[in-house]
Parts: sequence; structure tokens; C-alpha cells
Amino acid sequence: MPDFAVRLAGISHHYGAVAALRDVSLTLPAGGAVALVGPDGVGKSSLLGLISGVKKLQTGQLQVLGHDLAGKQGRNEFLARVAYMPQGLGRNLYPTLSVTENIDFFGRLFGLSAAERAARIHRLLEATGLAPFPDRPAGKLSGGMKQKLSLCCSLVHEPDLLILDEPTTGVDPLSRRQFWDLVDSMRAERPSMTVLVSTAYMEEAERFEHLVAMDDGRIIADGTTADILASAGADTLEDAYIRLLPPERRPPPERLKIAPWVDDGGEPAMEAHDLVRRFGEFVAVDHVSFRIGRGEIFGFLGSNGCGKTTTMKMLTGLLDISSGTALLFGKQVTPGDMKTRMRVGYMSQAFSLYSELSVRDNLMLHARLYRVPARDAPALVEQALTEFSLTPQADSMPDDLPLGIRQRLQLAAACLHKPEILILDEPTSGVDPAARDMFWRHLVRLSREEKVTIFVSTHFMNEAERCDRISLMHRGRVLAMDAPAAIVKAQGAASLEDAFIKVLEAETDSDTAPPAAAPAMADSAARPLSGGIGNWLGHTWAFARREATELMRDRTRIAFALLGPVLLLSVCALAISFDVQHLRTGILDHDGTAASRDLVRAFEGTATFDIRPPLDTADAGFEGLRDGSLQLLIDIPPGFGRDLSAGRHPEVGLFIDGSSPFPASSARAYAQGILQAHALAIAANANTGAGAATAMPVNADPRFIYNQEFRSIYAIVPGLLMLILILIPSMLTALGIVREKEIGSITNLYASPAAVGAFLLGKQAPYVAVAMLSFLILLLLTTLVLGVPITGSPLALLLGGLLFVLASTGLGLLISTAVNSQVAAIFATALISLIPSINFSGFLYPVSTLEGPSHLIGLGFPSSWFQIISLGTITKGLGVESFLKPYLVLAGFGFGYFMVARLLLRKQET
Amino acid sequence: MRRWWLNVWLLVVKELHSLRRDKVMMFLIIFAFSAAIVVVAHGVKAEVSNASVAFIDHDRSELSRALRQAIRRPYFQPPVDIAPGEVAPRMDSGHFIFVIEIPPRFQSDLLAGRQPTVQLLVDATAMTQAGLGASYLQQIFTDEILGFLHMRGLMAELPYRISPRILYNPNALSPWYMSVMQNVMNVTVLSIVLVGAAVIREREHGTIEHLLVMPVRASQIAFAKILANGFVILVAAMLSLIVVVHLLMGVPLAGSLLLFGFALFLYLFSATSLGMWMATMTSSMPQFGMFAVPVYVTLYMLSGAATPLESMPGLMQPIATTLPSTQFVILAKAVLYRDANLRMVLPQLAIIAVWGAIFMALAIGRFRQMLAKQG
Repeated sequence: MPDFAVRLAGISHHYGAVAALRDVSLTLPAGGAVALVGPDGVGKSSLLGLISGVKKLQTGQLQVLGHDLAGKQGRNEFLARVAYMPQGLGRNLYPTLSVTENIDFFGRLFGLSAAERAARIHRLLEATGLAPFPDRPAGKLSGGMKQKLSLCCSLVHEPDLLILDEPTTGVDPLSRRQFWDLVDSMRAERPSMTVLVSTAYMEEAERFEHLVAMDDGRIIADGTTADILASAGADTLEDAYIRLLPPERRPPPERLKIAPWVDDGGEPAMEAHDLVRRFGEFVAVDHVSFRIGRGEIFGFLGSNGCGKTTTMKMLTGLLDISSGTALLFGKQVTPGDMKTRMRVGYMSQAFSLYSELSVRDNLMLHARLYRVPARDAPALVEQALTEFSLTPQADSMPDDLPLGIRQRLQLAAACLHKPEILILDEPTSGVDPAARDMFWRHLVRLSREEKVTIFVSTHFMNEAERCDRISLMHRGRVLAMDAPAAIVKAQGAASLEDAFIKVLEAETDSDTAPPAAAPAMADSAARPLSGGIGNWLGHTWAFARREATELMRDRTRIAFALLGPVLLLSVCALAISFDVQHLRTGILDHDGTAASRDLVRAFEGTATFDIRPPLDTADAGFEGLRDGSLQLLIDIPPGFGRDLSAGRHPEVGLFIDGSSPFPASSARAYAQGILQAHALAIAANANTGAGAATAMPVNADPRFIYNQEFRSIYAIVPGLLMLILILIPSMLTALGIVREKEIGSITNLYASPAAVGAFLLGKQAPYVAVAMLSFLILLLLTTLVLGVPITGSPLALLLGGLLFVLASTGLGLLISTAVNSQVAAIFATALISLIPSINFSGFLYPVSTLEGPSHLIGLGFPSSWFQIISLGTITKGLGVESFLKPYLVLAGFGFGYFMVARLLLRKQET
Repeated sequence: MRRWWLNVWLLVVKELHSLRRDKVMMFLIIFAFSAAIVVVAHGVKAEVSNASVAFIDHDRSELSRALRQAIRRPYFQPPVDIAPGEVAPRMDSGHFIFVIEIPPRFQSDLLAGRQPTVQLLVDATAMTQAGLGASYLQQIFTDEILGFLHMRGLMAELPYRISPRILYNPNALSPWYMSVMQNVMNVTVLSIVLVGAAVIREREHGTIEHLLVMPVRASQIAFAKILANGFVILVAAMLSLIVVVHLLMGVPLAGSLLLFGFALFLYLFSATSLGMWMATMTSSMPQFGMFAVPVYVTLYMLSGAATPLESMPGLMQPIATTLPSTQFVILAKAVLYRDANLRMVLPQLAIIAVWGAIFMALAIGRFRQMLAKQG
């Protein structure tokens, strides 16, 4: 093995026209620990994505662990030796899976045996202090615990290269310290492992022996940490870094000075008395009280999940208060109080502006909603763009911006309407030091010059030190509240961070207890992959198990998937019928003789015609047709009786409402038939002088086969089954992949040695099972409740159903890989599956009557083929041998959709 | 009040902005209201048309040949001669809907007054074709045989003539009907899916919560979504009706487009409110997808657009009739084909409006609750 872990030469990377990396060359030693630092949007994440193999290499040469990433060969063996933890709290975790299940899934992805998985899960949980909560869903963990779990997931396959992208962003100091201790102990156990970390906390970077600093897509420093500090002539890395930047990007050199806050004795801006918030049993905020004066900067510190966000949400009126009082400007917080909302600016922890609006449009919307007049808004927005250095990004979409710049945008939005109170929930999480410094200059100016009261939560101690007062919160309670210096003194600590940790540790039990000495982890040699088909099946099983577990936890979705079809089938089977009945028939009898009454009588006594009271005028009749109260008008001319007996062949008129062709044609045919028979009877009467029973010269009575009683339900149910089995399963799978793309967990596929095919099949399998279960329920409903027997082979029907479900779930997967948003996936699936199935698949309109393009669409969609099987087995009494061709075609569709989806889904980001 | 509407207006503009950026959605909407309508309208035959017929002629007489020739387009495909043994397999496979078998000595039996029997086998699973097609065939046979007997002086003309006229769509053309019905179905599916998905997307992205710290009310957010998405669908559906259905396909639209547009506006209110209400009852996009499918399929199947409303048996008919989608189909037929005026469709407008009010109240109520539960 070469002595370097990573070697880059001439690497450039572009997103469209934007360059993220410009001609980067770098060599990193094997077995070292390297920190990558730099402001937001300089290409750190892109670089890590490339090295981990998650992003596709564009230009340049990249060798990692002796593997050339330009080629495809040996990629899986390479991925099996790398671990990649993407940016964002718990971004690669599955929130409904438990702690153990998450790690287990990653273990399976990397082909570990059951025994290995059990052993490593045990060891990792012990080492990280997660052991007491093996069954807690990942989504219910605090931010710090999520990151520890994420680290466990990365380490489970004992990688040779561990890549962590800003792993401690948004994590409280205590958890952060524990996290790095954990990484250190893992490195001690496996000295050969190379660790590559990007971080926004410069004081964290100081723990690493090797440092790479980046700016604007380039490397500006690369060397040992001591060398870099020495050459920059700085004491701390934060200072060193700022000195390394080109002059125009440096923040103002003078240190931020904060004039002491003077209480003007007025009414406090914010007050809380014994504020409590419960979620069920859980007390998130437990009797919190504070008083914040006008213009004060009040810092809110505490571990992740301690109730900071909940408190802030209660103050904004977003959350109801369980008990206690919260006052803003001396007034009780009431939801829906627009006046108060105008005076408050709020910034939430997660990005919550519109990703589909540009930076400028987002600010414009804010300005206008905060009642800035239309003519003042543009100037105000321009001013905000300049103040927060967002001008270059004004027309960019937020999704294309790095986290730090997005946070800046959120802060700009919160300050835009000049609020008197700013409530900021971790506004600087993930923001680089220079930008944070700029933030604080703003906050200080707002507070001291404009008397804006600032309520801010943070995990950065140097920010906490700038607050007038801070409060330390833990598990819903305030543990200490005072000026920062006073707290340090009271705890007898050297720094605020130490004081913070001291206060917390005094309170903590096993929850966040530092881990016992980590059990030794055997330094196993690089594991040979078992390779081939066994491995592939293992991956498929891992994906299928995970998907099935997630599905089982989503009870509502399963209930919809099983009950929706039952309702649909019952209602539609009972309602849909083509037996034309009760045609609203008007009689316009201008004659009024026995002969005309005899003619009208021919229409009576059938269910087909519903004779309405006689009409007086033709106008009334035509008005009736127009307003829909009549569908058929029989017009008997004046002198009908007389003309009839004189042999002058009078003409009887039929006027039919043609707004729906099917009832119209039926009305015409049936009325004509009745009149013809009536006329023949008159003729026969005249010939023989006696009433002839039948005057028809031939018999041509139809014999309806397959469904002697000619009941619609027998013909409709097979079609409804077809409809349900295409619409529901395709909708079930249609969100599977696009949702992972939106949430970000698709990265696990990119970073793992699993094949795309295994991923797709694993995603498909649970839904095939659900769809087949639904099919069985529907068949029971059909035969037992609706009373429609399966006259042919049930086995043939089930086999057809299975092949059809494979095709329809495959179609959903294909759509899911092709589109980029969940909304588009839902809509595309609805259109694509509904239109051909209802219209061109022989459901309502037989395939044999279709011509041209519609016939081809019908044949080119699986529904028409299953319709043959469904109708054949249920109504026509056929068996397996009749359906060889449909079976083959359906299997072809299933396979085809799957293969196209496989081709469309890339194994790497671009 | 002015402020209320100004906020709604700002949010409507925002909604339209986001929709415009979603290229895939725009493409799908345009596709649904153009190509999809043309293909469905021309492809689907809502009444007997192009039905497949097999013919077995044991007689091979002048009359049997005349009968065979009388089976013509557009109702029937030209009959195909088959052997008796082929009947079962080819009907099983759905190749033929009708099989006509003329017995030996058919013509001579007829002339001798022995009332021979024509065998007419019908595939009863082809619901739209079977019953009506069989009565067409009976009529064709009767006409042909009466003519045949009349020519030989064996039978007088019928004592009176029958002159049927179908109004509003004289040739009972399916494209005239299907084009409008497909349009209506698109409106229903789109309203539910578009609004519902928009609500869930905002919730999943946390943007709704952010709106609620601003001086914006839940009712404004809900109302803006309904207006914006309703507006897009209104424009798309009306354009499609005028450009695609009327100008391109040549379907005459008898009635007032203004009246129809107003009715569509009301209907969109109820359908989009329904979509929003459904979205507030689910917590994620996959759940919403599962919920939406059975709802819009049922609404469509019961609307009377696919199958005649009059045919629905028993209790189902009044139930189906009360639904807003059914009322809108009734109204669309009345206004667009029969030139019905405002007075004639007042009941439909009223029912649609009542549903709109109910769904809207439910949607806004649940929307508030949903936001309160957010946390």
C-alpha cells in the first residue's frame, strides 16, 4: 500500500457554470488525522464528496487508498473500505428505525455476518454511550446523539478511511467533546485508519495534526497544524485562518467591542414566568422564568434537545403554552396577534425559507408580508442584500447555496422589517468564523444602537461570551442564569466552556455519561468481499428489510394502502352499470286517438323508459330536453290515427338528448326496436285480423355468454381489480426513491458497495408483498361479499396478479428515478397510470374496438394484458394455459421498467 | 380587510412563482390538458363503435350475403369469416365481441314462413358494446329482411315511419363527449393532487411554520393556495377547452363559456378545498399519495362521465348524484352541449357551492389544528 491515503492532482469541479474546485492538488498521509477548514461555499463538501467516491470525478486525477477513482473497476472494493458521513444532523439515518436497526442496516450493506454485526453493534453502543437506548427511533434522538449514531453507522464496517463532513455542526459543547473523544479512541484502536474531517470550529481543528485550509475552490494552506500557526504568526487557528485569507475577504481587523448594556429601567421586552410545555408525558420545558430588558442580548445555551427551541417557539406563539405565562412588551403572548408579530423577528434552526424562490424574491416576500409598502420594498431588500453580503447570490436559488450563506439569508430575512425583538434559534450553526463575526457585529449594532432585544441560542462559547447575560438549560430546566463572566467565576472554571460542561456534568446521569473505556476493537485486516451473487442478494435483503421496517412503522400509510382499495372496489362495483334504465321520456301526443295511445302503451311497463306526464306543447318538450329533465321525446303527429288507417304512412319522431352518446344511442336503438315491433304488430293485425303474438319473420335473440344475466358487476369487477393493482402499487413505489433524494439518505447508496439493482429490488420487494396482500383481500371481498365468483383458475389469476404487480411497482420505481420532486412523482404517476388504464385497457371500452394510436398505447401498457387475465379467470372460466402470452408480456414489462430505472439511477452524484 | 386580501395576493404570487419554476409540473399540466385529451377523445368509443364481429355462414344464400354486407362501419368492423371450431377460443381471448351464425337453408326457411333463427352470440363482458350492439344487429337484420320480403312483394311497408334524431351531437360522436369529460377528470385529479401536495411540501420543508411567525393568518395561507392552484387549473382547463377541444378538434361548444367558466371556478373551489382537507389529514407525501388515489378514482367513476348516472342501481344513484364531481359533469353537459342557461343549472351551482363551503370550512379548520400541532 502506498504511504499516502489520498492524492489529488489537478482536480476541478463545476456545477453548471459555477466552479466549486479549481485545479486542486493535494497529498494526505495514510493513518493521519486531517482537518479541512475554510469558509462556507469554498468547496470543502465537494472535495470530501469526490474523495469518498460519492461524487463523480469531472477533471483531474484522484487516487484514494491506492485506488484510481477515474475508473469504474474495483469501485465496490474501494467503497467497502471508506466511510462517509454527510453534512447535516443525522442526515444519513432513517428516523423511524431504532438505534440498533440503523447500525444493523449499515452492517448488512457492507456485507457483515450476523455475528460480526451483533458484536460490533454492542461494542459501538458501549463506546458511544448509546447502549441504554438501543430501541429508540433515530428521529427521537437529540442532535448530539444522532451524530454519535451516525458515527457508529460509519464505523461499523471498520473502514480504512473515515470522512466526516462538519460532524459537530449544531451539536452542543459537551456532546462535541464526547464526539471527538470517541473519534480519538477509535483512532487509537485502529492506527491505520485515516480520518479526514471538515469543520467550522477552529478550536476543534486544533486537535488534528494535519491541516488543510481552503478558500474559493483552492487550497491556501496545507501542512502540520503547528507549522501553519507558526507561519501565520497567530495564537489561535481562528486568527491564523483569517490572516491566510486574501485581504478583501478578511473581516475588519479590530476586535469586536461591545459597549456594556445599560438597563434603562423601562418595561422588560420579554418575560417568562414558570413557563411549562408538555408533549404527552414528556416535559420539554419545566418552569422556566426569565426577564429580558430592552436592548439586551440574552444567550440561551444548553445541550441538544434541552428545550431551547420549544421555549422560543412558545415565545413566538407557534406553540401553545401548557402552563405559566410569557409576555412580550408586557403583553401576554397570544397566537394570532398580528401587532406583536410585526415587532418580532424569528429565525428557525432549520432552513425554512422557500427553496423555489430566489434569494431576492424571498426577501421581497418577507418585506411585503411585513407590510413594507410596494415602493419602499426594493430599496430595503437591496440594502439588506448589501448589509449581509448577499448581493452576489441575489438571484441564486437557496438550494444551490452553502449552508452558511443560507443562514445569512435567514438572518437577513428576520431583520428585514426592523423588529424590536429578534428570536434567533442557533443562527450561526454551520456558519464560518468570518461570517459569524459579521453576524455579531450586526447584532451588537442592532442591540446597542437601535435597542433591539436579542434572544439567541448558540453552541459557540465565544458567541456566548458576547452576550450580556446567558442562561444554561438542561432537560427543560434553567440551571444557571447570569453574565458569562459571573458564571465562569461561580463555577470556578477556567473558561465558559469548562463552566458549561461542569454545570451539565453535575446534572447528568447515564444519558450523556462519558463512555467507559472503549472495549478494544480488533484491528482486522481489510475484509475480502465474498463477492458475486451472494453479496448482491445480501444487499437486496438489507434494503428490503429496511424498507419493510419503515413501511410497517407507518401504520397510516398501510391502512390507506389496504383500506382505500376495499372502499374503491365496493363502491364502484355496486355503482357502475351500463344497463340503460329509466330514460326520462316525454310524450308529445298531437293526435290523442286510440291509435296514438296504443303506441304510447308500447313503451310502458319496461324499466328502460320512464314515461313523464304528457306535454302540451312542442316548446315544453324541447325545453325539457335542453334543461335535462327529458332525455327522449316521442313526437306523434296530428292525424296519426287517421293517416295510419288510411295507409298514408305517418311519421313518428324521436328526439334524443345527445349530450352523452351512450345513453343517447341506447335510447334510439331501444325506442326504434319497440316502435318497429309495434308497427309490425299493426301490420300483422291488419293482415290476419287477429292479434299476432309475434310478427318477426326471423328470430335473432342474442345469447349473452360469460355473463348470462348480463349483470354489469361481473364485467366491472375484473376491470376494477386491474385498475386498483396498477394505481396503488405504482403510487406506493413512486415516492420511494425521489423521497430519499429529497431527504438525502440516497447518499448511503452512493457511499456503499451495494449495486443499484440491489437497491431497487430491495425497495420494490416490500411493496410487492403489500400489493399482493391487498389483492388477496380484494379477491375475498369479490367472492364473499360482492358475490362475484371466480369461474376459472384462481391460481392463474394470482400468478397474473403477481406479474402485474411486479410491473406496476416497477413503473412506480421508474417514475421515481426519473423525476426530482415528490409532487411531480405523485402527479406523473397519477396521469401515467390512470389514463391508459381507464381508457385503453379494455376496462370500459373493449380493446378490440380500439384503433391506431390508442390501440398501441393499450398494448404498450401492462394494464390491458392483466385485464385479459382478470376477465378471463373471473368471468370467462379460463385457466393458466390460456394466458401464456399475457404472462410473458407482463413479465417483460416488469423486467423492462426495472432495467430502465436501473439505467436512470446513477450510482454517484454529479 | 384590505390587508387580508393583500397578504393573500402576495402569497398567491409566491405560489405561482414556485409552480412556474417546477418545469416537470408545468410539462405534466400542459400534457394533461392537450395531448392526453386528444388521444383519449379520439381513442375511446363511448358507444358502439368499431365492434368486432365474426360470421359463420352455413347458408351462403343471397340473403345471408346481404346480411353480412349490411354489418358496416362505423358501428361494426367488417365481419370476419371463421370456422365453428374457432368460436370459443377467439371469444375467450376477446378477439370478437359478436359471433353471428346463419343456419343452413336460412333463406328458403324464411320464404316458406318457417321463422328461422339467426344465432347471435355476444360477449357480455364488453359492457359498452354488448347490449346496444346486439340490438343494433337485430335492427339491421330486421331492416334487411323486411326489405328483402318487400322487394318480393311478400310484405307491405310498415304502417308508419320512424324518424329518430339525436340532438346536440347528431352522429353521437365520442370525441365530442370524451374530450370534455377528460378535461373534467383532469380538473378533478389535478385540484386534489396539486393543492394537497403543495400543503405537504410546505410542511415537510418547514416553510409554513415560518409564515406563521410573520403577520400572516392560517386562513390567508390556505386561501392563497386554493386561489393560486385553482387559478392555474382554471386557465389550463379553459384554454384547453377553447384551443384544443373547440379549435383543434372541432367540437362545437353550444353554450356560454362564461357560464361554464364561472361554474368551473366554483367547482375548483370545492375540489381544491377537498385536496387541502385531505392533505391536513396525512403527515407525509407517501401517505397523501395513498389517500388521493382511491378518492379521485371513486369521484371519477361515480361522476357519470364514464358510465351513465341513470344506470346506477338503488341507493348508489342518489349518493353519487350528491357529489360535487357528479354535479359538475351534469352541468358541463348541460351548458356546453345543450346551451343550458343560468336558471337551468342553478341547482348544480348551488350544490357545488355548498360542497365548496363545507370542504373549505373543514380544510381551514383542520389546517389551523395541523399548524397548532406542528411544534
